[in-house]
Amino acid sequence: MPESIELRVNRKPITVPSGATVAVAVAMAGSRCRRSVTGELRSPFCGMGICFECRVTVDGKAHRLSCQILCQSGMEVSVDD
Amino acid sequence: MSRATYDVVVVGAGIVGAACASQLAGRGLRVAVVDRECVGGGATAAGMGHIVVMSDSEAQFALTRYSQLLWRDLSSEMPADVEYQQCGTIWVAEDEEEMGEVRRKQAYYTQRAVPVEVIDGSTLARLEPNLRQGFAGALLVPEDAVLYPPCAARCLMELAKAKGAELHLGFTVSRIGQGRVCARDREFSAGAIVNAAGAWASELMPELDVKKRKGHLLITDRYAGFVRHALVELGYLKSVHSLSSDSVAFNVQPRITGQILIGSSRQYGAETTGVDSEILSRMLRRAQKYMPGLGELSTIRAWTGFRAATPDRVPYIGPWPEDKTIFLATGHEGLGITAALGTGQLVADQLTGTKSRIPIEPYLPARTGAERIHA
Repeated sequence: MPESIELRVNRKPITVPSGATVAVAVAMAGSRCRRSVTGELRSPFCGMGICFECRVTVDGKAHRLSCQILCQSGMEVSVDD
Repeated sequence: MSRATYDVVVVGAGIVGAACASQLAGRGLRVAVVDRECVGGGATAAGMGHIVVMSDSEAQFALTRYSQLLWRDLSSEMPADVEYQQCGTIWVAEDEEEMGEVRRKQAYYTQRAVPVEVIDGSTLARLEPNLRQGFAGALLVPEDAVLYPPCAARCLMELAKAKGAELHLGFTVSRIGQGRVCARDREFSAGAIVNAAGAWASELMPELDVKKRKGHLLITDRYAGFVRHALVELGYLKSVHSLSSDSVAFNVQPRITGQILIGSSRQYGAETTGVDSEILSRMLRRAQKYMPGLGELSTIRAWTGFRAATPDRVPYIGPWPEDKTIFLATGHEGLGITAALGTGQLVADQLTGTKSRIPIEPYLPARTGAERIHA
């Protein structure tokens, strides 16, 4: 198992330690996860897959829970600006 | 005990009761609406909110078309939270046999001046790219619409209140008849009582043959553009007309929010409100057969509701033969949201001695008595 993994968050290359979640990669990219319906920026709150605040698009699939998904090499994550 | 007197007391603050109250108050009658819970809390809150013109009988057609046009007229006055959207219905044909049904429906609607368009499989794939490939074609009914029913009911109730109607929530009506509506601690007197209690109408009138027909729905997270029209399989009609067994049909609908409503199921004799996982799975398998990508979407919630079903699938609108102070406005089954506005007009017409825009005879409750005599 490699010690680090490379993926992209909004096309920006990010390197994370093996075993990190997508939420970690988003934080390391200096990004938030999404905007609420009323336009507020949102980030992980519970960190255990309950609050749904950490939803991001992973490899084209919307509304994935970034705190519950481990980073994989070459993953394309997109978050709201 | 206090007793207030009104021209009309409407029992039930669902979308049908609200539409009746709005029309009655608008014609100058002194109106009260009584409900045990809130405005639009029963089948109104549970339904999809599809405004759809039906062709399965002349009675259904006349009422749904009349109502659809009333919704369109009202839409400019409705607040944004009603989410009225004229997205059209697409009746999806699986094969050539169902295309025969598409052409029959096309002829039916065209004869009655409802714009429709027959589309082929490739046009269907362009209009709804998330349907699976290979459908024979479809019928597009562009004037059909969707809305968010609880807010539509609230909008109608606000219109009623603005014209002087009173709303009494939190009163469980135990008895109606002879011009009296009785709840615990409260009694209302009325020249006429409108029973708009939906699937619970029979609890107030045990001799009334309105039955609960349970349905399941599910809503997804926001996936804007995934579904663009209200999509219904033509086999839906077979499901609707199956009067005995449990049935499911592909029926999905977009909300303005980007969420997708996924239905539908029909069950008789299921009286509990809980989600039945077997029916829900059957419903979702059916939906995925038409739209495989649905399986990849996140869902937020599943719930159930009770449609008010009559034996002949036509609502009861008009006086109850056994007590002329009681008017019925119930039994709309899956068409209560659509037919609410037309129903409000027919009730108000009859209570003010006005000629209606469509024939009222098919909906008169007196027809059940005739059936009993001939049975």
